[in-house]
Amino acid sequence: MPLLPVRAETSVLRIGLTPVFLDDQLSFLTRWRLWLERRLKRPVAFVQRGNYREVLDLVRGGKIDFAWVCGYPYVRYRHELRLVAVPLWRGRPYYQSYIIVPADDGHSSSLPDLRGKVFSYSDPDSNSGYLYPQYRLTTLGENPTTFFSRNFFTWGHRKVVEAVGVGLADGGAVDGYVWETLAETHPALTRSTRVIERSPEFGHPPFVARPDMPAVELQRFRAVLVDMPADAEGAELLHLLRLDGFVAGAPALFDGIARMAAKVRST
Amino acid sequence: MIVLADLSLRWKIPLRVMGAVLGTALAVTAALVTREYDEMRQNLDAHGKSLARVLANTLVTPVLHDDIWRAYEILQSARDPTAIAPELQADVVLVTDADFNVFVSTRPKEFPIGSSPASRGGVYGRLRAALVKTKATEQQVIEPADSVHYFVMSPLVADGVALGHVILGYSKISFVPRFIGLVGQAAFVTLLVLVLILPFSWFWARRTGEPLVALADAMRRVPGDLEVARLADLPKSGDEIGQLGNAFRRMVGELKHKQELEDQMLVTERLAAVGRMTAGIAHEINNPLGGMLTAIKTYQRHGAGDPLANQTLSLLERGLTQIRHTVAALLVETKLQDRPFEPADIDDLLILVEAEARARSVTVVTESPLQRALPLPATLLRQILLNLLLNAIAAADEGGRVRLGINSGDGMLRFSVCNDGKHIPDEQMAYLFEPFVSGREKGYGLGLWVVYQIVQQLNGGLSVDSEPGCTTFSAEIPYVEN
Repeated sequence: MPLLPVRAETSVLRIGLTPVFLDDQLSFLTRWRLWLERRLKRPVAFVQRGNYREVLDLVRGGKIDFAWVCGYPYVRYRHELRLVAVPLWRGRPYYQSYIIVPADDGHSSSLPDLRGKVFSYSDPDSNSGYLYPQYRLTTLGENPTTFFSRNFFTWGHRKVVEAVGVGLADGGAVDGYVWETLAETHPALTRSTRVIERSPEFGHPPFVARPDMPAVELQRFRAVLVDMPADAEGAELLHLLRLDGFVAGAPALFDGIARMAAKVRST
Repeated sequence: MIVLADLSLRWKIPLRVMGAVLGTALAVTAALVTREYDEMRQNLDAHGKSLARVLANTLVTPVLHDDIWRAYEILQSARDPTAIAPELQADVVLVTDADFNVFVSTRPKEFPIGSSPASRGGVYGRLRAALVKTKATEQQVIEPADSVHYFVMSPLVADGVALGHVILGYSKISFVPRFIGLVGQAAFVTLLVLVLILPFSWFWARRTGEPLVALADAMRRVPGDLEVARLADLPKSGDEIGQLGNAFRRMVGELKHKQELEDQMLVTERLAAVGRMTAGIAHEINNPLGGMLTAIKTYQRHGAGDPLANQTLSLLERGLTQIRHTVAALLVETKLQDRPFEPADIDDLLILVEAEARARSVTVVTESPLQRALPLPATLLRQILLNLLLNAIAAADEGGRVRLGINSGDGMLRFSVCNDGKHIPDEQMAYLFEPFVSGREKGYGLGLWVVYQIVQQLNGGLSVDSEPGCTTFSAEIPYVEN
């Protein structure tokens, strides 16, 4: 018993991050990493990749220990991945998808108005930035692949806001939590866009663990995340993320996303 | 134009030099600016082409993968909002597909994805036409006159297939501040050079013009004021202006000489005329005069008796005798047979004038190296010298000096008599040797006339030089040695 944890604890804990989050804040990530190292008493490394797919492959293959991913890939690999924690945003483990248009577009009031336009998604493995608008068009009886004249991926929610803001795209789908956070931290960016639709609430993108993660370690990491608000610096870090904390969360939180995925896949 | 043509060389030469200097400066500045402009344009073209090439190479993958956002990010990364050379900053970058539709651009609102820039008409339509004409692999620079942009176009080629074009639009206007800066800089340097050069040029040009101006000034005085013209400060260099100055001085000298000769000739001719007339009149008077005197003498000798008649005839005789003397004085005639002039004659003359000199307390000084007798009529020479000495003593100041100088040589007797009295006014000079012209109250004014006539008859020359404090009569008389 004493031997194993020692070896386990000296090895680096690897946490995957996706560009869905504000992954360009290197100074913030350094602080968070050091904080986690102190709490976990072992080295921590953040692993960043250009899209969801790569991070998912890493965590599914056990190359990394934990990953902060979107609800959509989680529901797709629910049988493999293990739910660790769900962020609390505005006190609840939910968020929305926003459909945005350029601020100078005074006509469009809903997604159907964007027929034949150029549309920007964030990532094909994103719930809010891809699955939801696909689902929405499907329910309207539209074919998502032909509804827009052109569409492209920016591989990041923030970049969707930029693409729509400069007019490169006539509309885009973005994580509501990211948009609201940007509205606070980079108001000039969001001011050039206008939200025309807000989706129903979905489970907030969760932390997941690799399939073979020992329960003890999973529990320990979850405890650290959940206890963040209790610690002064933890609370400050959470504030920088504009989150209120983490809860263990139940897989059922993501049932809505699972239903949408099933619907889109079937059409 | 007439005003310009009439301008003095004093101003014309400096102004022309200034003009030449300014013209040169402007030409050099213009040449420099043109060169800089060309260089700037070449730099810009080279920069644009190289940027377009790099973008075209980088954009091949995003275009092939239809990755609009990646392409947009590449275009954005090529922009430098804090560029120190704003003219090197493309104003607009377009990436078009093979059908000349917008794939992506730095101005998505103006060039929406999928739209054709040619549909905006104008310049972009012509860009398309230009693209159609050229080879698919060539870069092009197009500068439409009616556009605020000029364009660098580079094809997007993958494996020999044209996927589209990268079009960089550079603002012509952003070029202007740099150009103005360039012109300003050149103008400043030119101005600095001018400030240094202009005073020198002005000074030098003035110096070049001055001799000509002086020459012109001197020429204006010809022929009226020859003396001033002769003394003018003319250039003395060896160049053409100097030669001109020398020629002018020569000309003025000759003119003056000629004028003097003419004046002298005039006097001589007049004196000769007066002489001829006097001689004629004297002869005409002398003939009846001789008869009248003979008649009176005959009467006095034979028919005397009437005291009134004797008294009257005696009065007539005295009057006629005076006339005869006067006429004789006018009729100066050389006696060919005379004894030679000897040094002792000078001593006699001094004795003869001694009384007169003493009366006026005038000192008479003689400088006479004459050692021997000269073959010249002594009586006439004595008369000349006596007249001149008496005149000089009379003209000398009270207690003044009279100097007599005599020498001979080379068949020429030269003598001069000078006194320190008042000088003879210019207006009297011309008539000095005419009969009955006198500077004094006493005398008939025949002394100098006689002197002149004798010197003339001896083929000599007589001249006067009168300045305040020194009036000199000089004579030269030739003689032939036996």
